[in-house]
Amino acid sequence: MNVQIWTFIFVFLTFGLYIGIAIWSRAGSTSDFYVAGGGVPPLANGMATAADWMSAASFISMAGLISFLGRDGTFYLMGWTGGYVLLALLLAPYLRKFGKFTVPDFIGDRYYSRTARLIAVFCAVAISFVYVCGQMQGAGIVFSRFLEVDITTGVIIGMAIVFFYAVLGGMKGITYTQVAQYCVLIFAFMVPAIFISILMTGVPIPQLGFGAELTEAFGGGYLLDRLDGLSEELGFGVYTEGQRSTQDVFFITAALMFGTAGLPHVIIRFFTVPNVRDARRSAGFALIFIAILYTTAPAVAAFARTNLINTVNNAEYTAMPEWFSKWETTNLIAFDDKNGDGRIQYVADPEINELSVNRDIMVLANPEIAGLPNWVVALVAAGALAAALSTAAGLLLVISTAVAHDFMKRSFMPSISERQELLYARIAIFVAVLIAGYVGINPPAYVAQVVAYAFGLAAASFFPAIVLGIFQKRMNKQGAIAGMVAGFLFTACYIVYFKTINPVMDNADGWWMGISPEGIGTLGTLVNLAVSLAVAKFTPEPPAEVQTIVENIRLPGEMRAV
Amino acid sequence: MPDKRAHHYWRSNLKIVASLLSVWFFISFVCGILLVDVLDTIRIGGFKLGFWIAQQGSIFVFVVLIFVYIHLMDKLDDEYNLNKSNESEGQNPNSEEVSS
Repeated sequence: MNVQIWTFIFVFLTFGLYIGIAIWSRAGSTSDFYVAGGGVPPLANGMATAADWMSAASFISMAGLISFLGRDGTFYLMGWTGGYVLLALLLAPYLRKFGKFTVPDFIGDRYYSRTARLIAVFCAVAISFVYVCGQMQGAGIVFSRFLEVDITTGVIIGMAIVFFYAVLGGMKGITYTQVAQYCVLIFAFMVPAIFISILMTGVPIPQLGFGAELTEAFGGGYLLDRLDGLSEELGFGVYTEGQRSTQDVFFITAALMFGTAGLPHVIIRFFTVPNVRDARRSAGFALIFIAILYTTAPAVAAFARTNLINTVNNAEYTAMPEWFSKWETTNLIAFDDKNGDGRIQYVADPEINELSVNRDIMVLANPEIAGLPNWVVALVAAGALAAALSTAAGLLLVISTAVAHDFMKRSFMPSISERQELLYARIAIFVAVLIAGYVGINPPAYVAQVVAYAFGLAAASFFPAIVLGIFQKRMNKQGAIAGMVAGFLFTACYIVYFKTINPVMDNADGWWMGISPEGIGTLGTLVNLAVSLAVAKFTPEPPAEVQTIVENIRLPGEMRAV
Repeated sequence: MPDKRAHHYWRSNLKIVASLLSVWFFISFVCGILLVDVLDTIRIGGFKLGFWIAQQGSIFVFVVLIFVYIHLMDKLDDEYNLNKSNESEGQNPNSEEVSS
């Protein structure tokens, strides 16, 4: 059977599964819809959090990015996992004790202010929306390459599925489909990685194969030494050495960590477990499930890079395998025979280099490059779709709760009934799916880049406001509002300046103190902290009942401070 | 819970969090980024140590840190009798209360 038939089978089966789960777990109340009734077991919540978190970017793009960045790719690996330590230690247990539905709920109640709540609504919607567009695009790429439907049809299929289970089941439906999606995506990521590791090093655990010796067929010697040698020979720079400045790597890593801990769709997952202990546990489980993929990704990156160079460099163009021409039709691989010798020269020097490879295809093409069986190739497609759809659903839920619960019910229409609120939440998801789908089909050039900046914005707005709200009893609404506005604006302006107003300056020499727009969120976080603390010092302390709330969220269980 | 005990509980909690976060900072930012080139001079099998910490080792440490945290906090909760497992705690999200 060919790849396409296998892909149809896997996609059909997995989508059927998601729809089945959605019908089984329909939401009856706003509590079901927003937080799955608060009754999700920690292990299931850990899996759902992992699927929620690992998006098309983690599954499709990350290993590919690392394989081109070498050691610098570290900031994705550490940044997107280290954030969970912050989440587990600084946010999850306290937010669970607080026990409301959304992040703007916390900000609005803790800072006793409608303005603060509305700023939080704005930030949550902006961050989630930017992020969801990337997921739709990811789903589109997979559909167009593996099922050979055009991207528009692919995006519409993806939208219909997400819409179906998100509208029907809300958080409850999303949680249990995410558990299934986690299983699909991790299986789809690990199977080819294990195959390739055995093929190249004889070690069945890719995490160890990463540091093992290559088999005779691949020329022997340690994989990483070999890759260092190949990269240097072609002028790409040594794979295990960094090209970026230390301070930039430092800032980007920190921005991704703070951003991870401040992303609303991840935070709300901890509202769904029964109690504080379970919130701590599910953060631990989530990181284990994420770590399985994240410790495999650098190995996959090294395998893929070595394999790609081995396969294409100085090889006859006409002798290229089938996958090469298939990816050529999507324009994600392009060959330009500059010296007319019919061979592919793949080197760093742009004058001589004849091959351009889009980073996004490394994971998708990797099983084909390694010559794995067709069903494995198809499995990767189903896994990528699971990753994109699970994250999209979580994000759409944030948008819908922010609009129906925080914007309408809590800010402007407190008298609406639960049924009306549920209806508004479903309408909001519907509209958000349509807009996200439209953007997925007609991607503005900057969307892919903007996804990375969602982290900087989350880091600079939510993370300090929530942490201060828990750990600094004296923090008041004036401080928090000023901090969020300053942090968000500072970060957004820096990014917009280098990306649209003055793109010629967007290089290590033009950046302020050598900090790239990807890393500026760290500085935005510090700006937010400094402004919050300074403003709070000169304005009245929060009312006594708010200080009691803070004392209560610090204690797990029913005990209350007196 | 009387104010004083709550205060002590919170102090112990802060100590646990601060010590675990210093390990977190050390392994990721110090070993994985600032000292990575120094650590790279040490080789373990096919890995340079700094490179390995940056791309894999730090992630394992993060997982361990969270589980140490879970363990320490469970112990602390027991000490202060805050342990009420298997039972819904905190405010029930079902209860529609208006407070703003």
